[in-house]
Amino acid sequence: MSVTTLSSPALVQRQPSWLVRLFDYKPFLIVMCLAPAIGLLAVFLTYPLGLGIWLAFTDTTIGRRGVFVGFENFQYLLTDPLWWNAVFYSVVYTGIATFGKFALGFWLALLLNNHFPFKSLLRAIILLPWIVPTVLSALAFWWIYDPQFSIISYLLVDVLHWRSSNVDFLGSPWPARFSLIAANIWRGIPFVAISLLAGLQTISPSLYEAAMLDGASAWQRFRYITFPMMMPILAIVMTFSIIFTFTDFQLVYAITRGGPVNSTHLLATLAFQRGIAGGELGEGAAIAVSMIPFLVFATLFSYFGLARRKWQQGESND
Amino acid sequence: MTDTVVQSTADAKAAPDTMAWDSGMRRLMMIYLPLGCFVLILLFPFYWMAITSFKPNAELMNYKEHNPFWISSPTLGHIKHLLFDTAYPRWLWTTMMVAIGSTTLSLIASTLAAYAIERLRFRGSSYVGLGIYLAYLVPPSILFIPLATVVVQFGLFDSPLALILVYPTFLVPFCTWLLIGYFKSIPYELEECALVDGATRLQILRRITLPLAVPGLISAGIFSFTLSWNEFIYALAFIQSGANKTVPVAILTELVTGDVYQWGALMAGSLLGSLPVAIFYSLFVDYYVSSLTGAVKE
Repeated sequence: MSVTTLSSPALVQRQPSWLVRLFDYKPFLIVMCLAPAIGLLAVFLTYPLGLGIWLAFTDTTIGRRGVFVGFENFQYLLTDPLWWNAVFYSVVYTGIATFGKFALGFWLALLLNNHFPFKSLLRAIILLPWIVPTVLSALAFWWIYDPQFSIISYLLVDVLHWRSSNVDFLGSPWPARFSLIAANIWRGIPFVAISLLAGLQTISPSLYEAAMLDGASAWQRFRYITFPMMMPILAIVMTFSIIFTFTDFQLVYAITRGGPVNSTHLLATLAFQRGIAGGELGEGAAIAVSMIPFLVFATLFSYFGLARRKWQQGESND
Repeated sequence: MTDTVVQSTADAKAAPDTMAWDSGMRRLMMIYLPLGCFVLILLFPFYWMAITSFKPNAELMNYKEHNPFWISSPTLGHIKHLLFDTAYPRWLWTTMMVAIGSTTLSLIASTLAAYAIERLRFRGSSYVGLGIYLAYLVPPSILFIPLATVVVQFGLFDSPLALILVYPTFLVPFCTWLLIGYFKSIPYELEECALVDGATRLQILRRITLPLAVPGLISAGIFSFTLSWNEFIYALAFIQSGANKTVPVAILTELVTGDVYQWGALMAGSLLGSLPVAIFYSLFVDYYVSSLTGAVKE
């Protein structure tokens, strides 16, 4: 199209410089427009991704190029109780935290979908935990979980008299695990709630009116209208949430660094400990690569969620 | 957005509020009470962070004589210590530069990419779009080890420039998708008119499409700024010297020293590190919400 425009006599008379003409040549322009984005992603995303998979099959350490060792790293990991421990905790962490985030987030979205004064202010406040740097709010949680001066212990012991001793949040494995999960849920609720709220607002009120005329109860309206209409957006938000919870790093690194006795290592923190802190790049990369099958599964889930949504609602540009 | 809210409020007043089951008491129990609990729990860590940063150490460690929920004698000591005895201003400055640099870089790259994908429409443009979307699903946790070796190869280890170049890997996919959505909402006829009038494609982009896409650019920009400000794992892995660290990393690695944690200083650091994004956020709340939900809906 641009070629025909260019060759029209009116333009030729104006004699645009060859540079202008080159930039108006569509294939060239497309290449130039895509070059920065594709270039950045290729160099700093695709290449490292491939390199990471290669590193996982070598015995590279910091400062020494490794040689190909086949599946040795993975065989070692399979016999490593710490790796199994990290896989176990990653799955538990993702499972419980995702369930908590979505149950509470969906509830919060439904609450926010009502009409009350200062709604937009409230919505703004609720997003705060998600906006603030995770590490910094994690530090606040670390302080809240302090063994001696925890404010929760103070409430339970000195104010409510429910317990006689302070809660040991981070000192032993299971309490530490659940404390981290609680912090993750706290951080994830706003994102889930606000995304789902956007989905809720797209559901046409006439559906509810029709259901109410037919005598549907509040639960039935939720079960047969809200929930199915929210399915596509739930699938997408959940995929994102699962991916980024499973590969979470910051919360655990900031609060427990994998302790006590390595019981709260996620795969990402274990990879960091072995790969960067310990210098065993090959082994660290193998741990990181072992997360990939799970992520591929989650991505496919997202893709089909997206596809189904387009089919259901058509293309809307809101 | 505000308009629709106002309108739906008006609608609601007209119809469902008059329903018999929606009595005031029930509303209180079913909506305001749980909402109040949510807000309380979601905000408490920030309250705790703020109150800790202004408490003198004596009060911090003594709940018996001082009510922990309030400050009897507020102090600026922790903040003073942070600003004058540590490299905190330097860290803030580095973080700011990295966030601005990577945001600018990703905005330029993703505007051009989104324009090419959505407006120049070529064979396979939808696949390029899908590819960029998939890039968003690659989490930093599986990239940081190989990226560390790449950064060393480029001689950028321990340099904030490495962060500026690496952050676009998660910013560009997000911004591109956001902007594709925005470009879609601009009528193509406008561009056709300009094309017929003899404007070049770049002129169209600069004079017509970009001015119309300003809200999208602002959304993408503030979102990128926040994401780069908050980034942690790359900054932790690629920066070694104390002076070049970003705020989140520096607080965790430089201020946490020994066995006795300086909670006052730590919380003051967290508060100061959170404030810029919080202020930024409060200025552009609507853009945040729309970009968050827009990106999910696209």
